[in-house]
Amino acid sequence: MVVAEVMRRTWAMTWKDVRVELRARERMNAMLFFAALILFIFNFALGPDLSKLREAAPGLLWLAFLFTGMLGLGRSFQAERENECFEELLLTPGDRESLYFGKLAGNILFMVMAEMLILPLFAILYNLEIWHALPGLLLVAFLGTVGFSTIGTLLAAMTAHLRAREVMLPLLLFPLTVPVILGSVKATEALLSGAGLAEASHWVKLLAGFDVVFLVVCPLAFEFVLEE
Amino acid sequence: MGSSPIGRILRVMAGLCVAVGLYLGLVVAPPDVTQGEVQRIMYLHVPSILTAYVAFTATFIASVVYLWKRDPRADAVAVSSAEVGVIFTGITLATGSIWGKSTWGVWWTWDARLTLTAILFTIYVGYLMLRAFAEEPQAAARYGAVLAILGFFDIPLNHLAVQWWRTLHQPSSIVRPGGPSIDLALLVPLIVNFAGLLLLYAYYMVERIRLERMRQRALALRLTRGRRG
Repeated sequence: MVVAEVMRRTWAMTWKDVRVELRARERMNAMLFFAALILFIFNFALGPDLSKLREAAPGLLWLAFLFTGMLGLGRSFQAERENECFEELLLTPGDRESLYFGKLAGNILFMVMAEMLILPLFAILYNLEIWHALPGLLLVAFLGTVGFSTIGTLLAAMTAHLRAREVMLPLLLFPLTVPVILGSVKATEALLSGAGLAEASHWVKLLAGFDVVFLVVCPLAFEFVLEE
Repeated sequence: MGSSPIGRILRVMAGLCVAVGLYLGLVVAPPDVTQGEVQRIMYLHVPSILTAYVAFTATFIASVVYLWKRDPRADAVAVSSAEVGVIFTGITLATGSIWGKSTWGVWWTWDARLTLTAILFTIYVGYLMLRAFAEEPQAAARYGAVLAILGFFDIPLNHLAVQWWRTLHQPSSIVRPGGPSIDLALLVPLIVNFAGLLLLYAYYMVERIRLERMRQRALALRLTRGRRG
C-alpha cells in the first residue's frame, strides 16, 4: 500500500513536469538543438578524417549525451525557482522521496529521449556501424543516464538556490560522476568494437552498482536539500 | 588575530616534529638506490596525502553529525577540515608532480593513483565553492554536508573505476617507491613526518575552527540586529 502511494505521488510529479514540457517545449527543444550542434562541432574539432572520429566515437558519443543531459538537468528546477513555488512543492502531502523520484524520472525520460536522437544522428553523420550492438548500447545508455541523473537531480535541486547556479552544477556533477563517465565510455567502446556485452560486463556491473548506491543515498539526502 | 594557548602549543610541537622528520628524511636516511636524492620528496608526499585522508574523513563525520544534531560547531569542523584537506591534497599533487618529472620524465601521467587524487581534489574544491556561493549560512552548511556525504560514498566507486581503467587496458608504468619491504631508516622519518603533519593539521584546525565560530557569531549578531532595527 505504501509503495503504491509513493508510486502514485511520484507519477503525479513526473506527469506535472512532462505536461509542462508538452505545453512549453522549452527544455526538449533546447536539448535536441544543442545535441545536433555538438555533433556538428565534433567534425570541426577533429577534422574530416572519419577514421579518427570513429576511434574517438565512444567518448564523443558520451560527451554529447552528458552535455545535453547537463543542459536538461540545469532546467529541471527552473520552473519552480522562477515562479517561486518551491514552497508549494514542499507543501505537497507525503514524503519528500516521491518528489525526488518524480523529478528524477522526468530527468531520465528527457535525457533518454535526447539520446535516442543523438545515437542515430551520430551513426549517420559519422558513418558508424552501431546496429549490431544496439541492445547492449541501449542498456549502457540507460544505466549511465540513471547514474548521471540520480546525482544530477539532487545537485540541480541544491544549485537552484545558489548564485552562479549554471556554473556550479557541472563543477559539482562531473567529478562525482567520473565512475559513470568511465564505465559508460569503456562499455560503449567494448560494444562498438564488436566485443559483445560479456566483454563489457564488469563495466556494466560497475554502472549498475553506482546506480543502486546513489538511488539509495540521494533520496535520503534530498530531504536535507529541500528543507526551508 | 592572536593564537589560543592550545594553538601555540600545537604549533611549536608540529614545528619540532616536522623539523626532526625532515632532518631524518633529508639528511640521515640513505638516498634511494634507483631514484637517488629525489626520492626524499616522499617524506613529505606520503604524509601529506595521509593527512588529507584524515581531514576528509573528519569532514564526512562532522557533516553527518551536523545533519543529525544541527550543531553549528560540527559545521565549523567540517568546513575547516575540508579546507585543510584541500591544501594537503594540493601539496601531494605538487610534490608528486615534481617527483614524477624527475623519475618518469613527465609532470603528469594518467596513472590510477594520480587520477584518483586529482578527482578527490576537484570534489573538495567544488565543496568549498558550493559553500561560497550559498546565499545564507544555514544553506551553506546543509548543502556542504550533503555534498561531503555524497563524495564519501563516491570515492570507493571512483577508486574501482579508475583502477580498472588503468590496469585492464594498459600495463601500469608505476615505479614502485620503496619496494615490498621498507627499511627502518626510511620508515622512521615517514612516521615522524606524518605525526608532524597531523600536529600541523590539529593546529590549523584549532585556529580555523575558532575563526569559523567567530564568523558564525558575527553573522548571527548581524541577523538579530537587523531584526530589531
